[in-house]
Amino acid sequence: MADLRTDFLGIKSPNPFWLASAPPTDKAYNVVRAFQAGWGGVVWKTLGEDPSVVNVNGPRYGAIHGPDRRLIGLNNIELITDRPLEVNLREITEVKRDWPDRAIVVSLMVPCEETSWVSILKRVEETGADGVELNFGCPHGMSERGMGSAVGQVPEYIEMVARWCKANTRMPVIVKLTPNITDVRYPARAAKRGGADAVSLINTISSIMGVDLDQMAPSPTIDGKASHGGYCGPAVKPIALNMIAEIGRDAETAGLPISGIGGITTWRDAAEFMALGCGTVQVCTAAMTYGFRVVSDMIEGLSRWMDSKGYTSVDDFVGLAVPKVTDWQYLNLNYVTKARIDQDLCIKCGRCHIACEDTSHQAITHLVDGRRHFEVIDEECVGCNLCVNICPVEDCITMETLPPGAIDPRTGIVVQSEYANWTMHRNNPMSVTSQQFAAEPVVLPGE
Amino acid sequence: MSVMLEGLPDVTAGRLEVEDYLRNFSDLHPPLTRHEAFVESDRCYFCYDAPCMRACPTSIDIPLFIRQIGTGNAEGAAETIFASNILGGMCGRVCPVETLCEEACVRNEAEDKPVKIGFLQRFATDTMIDAGEHPFRRAAPTGHSVAVVGAGPAGLACAHRLALHGHDVTIFEARQKAGGLNEYGIAAYKAVAGFAQREVDFVLSIGGIRMETGKVLGQDFTLGELRRDHDAVFLGMGLGGVNALGTEGEAAGGSHDAVAWISDLRQTVELGGLPVGRRVVVIGGGMTAVDAAVQSRLLGTEEVTVVYRRGQPDMKASRFEQELAQTRGVRIMHWAKPHRLHIGDDGHVRGIELERTRLEDGRLVGTGEFVSVAADMVFKAIGQTFVPHALDETGIALTGGRIAVDEEGRTSLADVWAGGDCVAGGEDLTVAAVQDGKVAAESIHRELSAFVARQTAPVEA
Ligand SMILES: Cc1cc2nc3c(=O)[nH]c(=O)nc-3n(C[C@H](O)[C@H](O)[C@H](O)COP(=O)(O)OP(=O)(O)OC[C@H]3O[C@@H](n4cnc5c(N)ncnc54)[C@H](O)[C@@H]3O)c2cc1C
Ligand SMILES: Cc1cc2nc3c(=O)[nH]c(=O)nc-3n(C[C@H](O)[C@H](O)[C@H](O)COP(=O)(O)O)c2cc1C
Ligand code: SF4
Ligand code: SF4
Ligand code: SF4
Repeated sequence: MADLRTDFLGIKSPNPFWLASAPPTDKAYNVVRAFQAGWGGVVWKTLGEDPSVVNVNGPRYGAIHGPDRRLIGLNNIELITDRPLEVNLREITEVKRDWPDRAIVVSLMVPCEETSWVSILKRVEETGADGVELNFGCPHGMSERGMGSAVGQVPEYIEMVARWCKANTRMPVIVKLTPNITDVRYPARAAKRGGADAVSLINTISSIMGVDLDQMAPSPTIDGKASHGGYCGPAVKPIALNMIAEIGRDAETAGLPISGIGGITTWRDAAEFMALGCGTVQVCTAAMTYGFRVVSDMIEGLSRWMDSKGYTSVDDFVGLAVPKVTDWQYLNLNYVTKARIDQDLCIKCGRCHIACEDTSHQAITHLVDGRRHFEVIDEECVGCNLCVNICPVEDCITMETLPPGAIDPRTGIVVQSEYANWTMHRNNPMSVTSQQFAAEPVVLPGE
Repeated sequence: MSVMLEGLPDVTAGRLEVEDYLRNFSDLHPPLTRHEAFVESDRCYFCYDAPCMRACPTSIDIPLFIRQIGTGNAEGAAETIFASNILGGMCGRVCPVETLCEEACVRNEAEDKPVKIGFLQRFATDTMIDAGEHPFRRAAPTGHSVAVVGAGPAGLACAHRLALHGHDVTIFEARQKAGGLNEYGIAAYKAVAGFAQREVDFVLSIGGIRMETGKVLGQDFTLGELRRDHDAVFLGMGLGGVNALGTEGEAAGGSHDAVAWISDLRQTVELGGLPVGRRVVVIGGGMTAVDAAVQSRLLGTEEVTVVYRRGQPDMKASRFEQELAQTRGVRIMHWAKPHRLHIGDDGHVRGIELERTRLEDGRLVGTGEFVSVAADMVFKAIGQTFVPHALDETGIALTGGRIAVDEEGRTSLADVWAGGDCVAGGEDLTVAAVQDGKVAAESIHRELSAFVARQTAPVEA
């Protein structure tokens, strides 16, 4: 059995699965149940200064569903914990005492003044918690008061607060980033400059889930009105993965420990986040949808997969996919593919044909000799992968790579074996070797 | 055989408790709930040039209507269905989908589980019919009048389409109720809660259709009169007769024509009052045979045997119907044909003697081996026939005993069209009758429009 133990900034946990700071971690009752279910750690629901915030008394959540009511995306307008600071601190102390092998990180959000941070850090230290996570992420409510994403959107503030915290606690400091920015590398660099030990991301994405067409108001409404919330759940995973990859391959932040968050629902999702460099992962929506029991499959599935790949510890594969993320300009233009339809698997739904015919390259037949038959026309196929993605049958359409020396029937050009990218292409107006915006993948130390 | 002839025939009503009848004759497939419909609609791939659509005799745009259900637009789905098939509600209930649309569904290829098109069709159409709405508005009146004979699926579909185009339609129906076999033939558990009549009301709510029930062509009026009084005539008279067994004792008490018996059953409100035998034998291998057998069982018959002269694959009843019979405890006996009925002194059947059959050089022959099966009632369901008496002396051409028509439903008489079971070359299905009626209506409409165009065209100098 693979060893799932993790050591993240010196914070040890029996597995990389932590619960993200959110309702599942708002009380000792929930956290104890989570630990009983097997979660490796928690980031306690964000604490703030007393008097505590108040939440709305109407609906806090909205969701997007698939046809079988499978929850695809969740939206919330909940604030940070609405329980007194004292109560939370006491419960953290008790739970950490009773569950010493589990990670307990405490999420914090106080006004942007050094004294506020210094005083709360002292009190958290007394609980015996393993670390703090600075919540610079919530996009709703708290941001109107100059906290949460209002801080996370200004790199200078991030750096400043991170520096205060590092100077005033022995605990590891994790900065939780908001995705509600244009380029995640700036806040990440700021966190690093401020001395943060790690970043965690993503927090929720500003969102309106839908419009109630009878009430003519965004849904869910509270007394006829609604405000934007924060979006999370399976739908946000691709956004989170990209931001994590950007931080992993940025020259300034490469190697900065990351705790990955955003739509993680299965062990496979977790493995993908870890492959892009996350030392631990945090989960909220999956637990809120299915209960804490989902962690059983995450633990078992990850461990079984690691065994199948020969990874004995999580460090064996964390970050392995980072060097494979590159800029478009460095992609090999001499890599030529054609779609191939497996006629034994094809159920003849015709979707590949109509997708390619209506919206792309007219490269898939519909009738051959008067018979319903779907086949790729190599002379037209640009290898775009659209048909692969929209075919309802798994593996029915695959992409075949043309070997060097073959002639691409579309262009009539012989496929070259050498790598050649856009920077070398004759059509590149500037013919520069690099139009640098993002860096090429950094080679991590030890590789 | 003497044993069989002893005792009284056991044919009685009220074999079951009241609640048993209610349960037995409730909906064969309960309607999909909204959620089930959503889930099922998501299984449809929205195929291009969808094979299911090609397999539907009325060419309903199936991927479109299923998508409309999926987007929460069940009424739009209903309109899509009704645009091609105004009896889409009944068809969703009675079509042998396993040999039509669902057989062609691409989902079969990968998982042998087609999208439940029929159930979804019922879900959508019920939504609109239950809401008491009608999706279409009549065109402005054209002043033309068309006579339709028979208010079965063919006649109703034809009348609706003609009314839609603004023509005035009168339907002459021999029976007291409209609906044809939807009302008098389809198995009770396929169209519960008076659906056939609700559907007739829905069809007529387009306006412009006058329904004359209890009016028999060939008795109350002639085809000549209809042709004189109307601009066009559509004949949708179905099949009035049944094939004879041609065996001894056919007219005995307890020997019934299955179609007539089913018709009585459909018109019986309190099923506990309908007599049925303790042991029943049904002769035939089609839908009617299965329906008579299953409904006998549901009325409390202890032993039901369907006797069919050929093997299982030759049965006209679909695989699904055969399975239905078997799961309802009906015994199906293949390779046997009726030889004679055993009649008691009271003139009532006591059983039937059957001769075993086999194929010899592709021909069906009796083997000379005989078996007897005890029965208190015998149903014959060996095919219906067209009764042309009403058309005697009209000179209308017949083929194979049914009315000859071209692909537009035109008969040999210039202003007379026909469709449904009464025409040659049909499939004897509700959905096929609907298509015939629709196609004929369009042909009549084209003809009447062209006639107007000719009348109003400026005279060339
Ligand atoms: C027992 C049974 C079960 C069936 N089950 C199914 C099924 O499950 N699914 C399926 O798809 N099909 C089924 N069918 C077949 C289907 O019912 C017919 O194909 C369909 O009803 C034919 O429609 P139609 O309009 O041509 O004829 P009909 O439905 O027979 O309607 C003809 C109408 O014309 C009237 N008429 C006849 N003569 C005259 C006259 N001289 N003057 C005035 N009116 C007249 C009749 O009273 C009748 O109302 C079944 C048939 C039977 C007998
Ligand atoms: C109801 C709710 C409340 C949340 N509250 C907080 C919070 O107090 N502090 C915080 O840092 N993140 C909070 N989050 C964000 C989550 O911790 C997490 O970053 C986000 O939900 C993405 O992960 P997921 O897709 O697994 O849910 C909250 C999320 C939800 C759904
Ligand atoms: S989309 Fe896939 S299954 Fe459908 S026709 Fe194309 S190859 Fe066949
Ligand atoms: S009318 Fe009948 S054959 Fe046509 S789609 Fe509906 S159920 Fe299928
Ligand atoms: S064939 Fe099946 S999957 Fe395709 S459109 Fe028809 S019902 Fe949908």
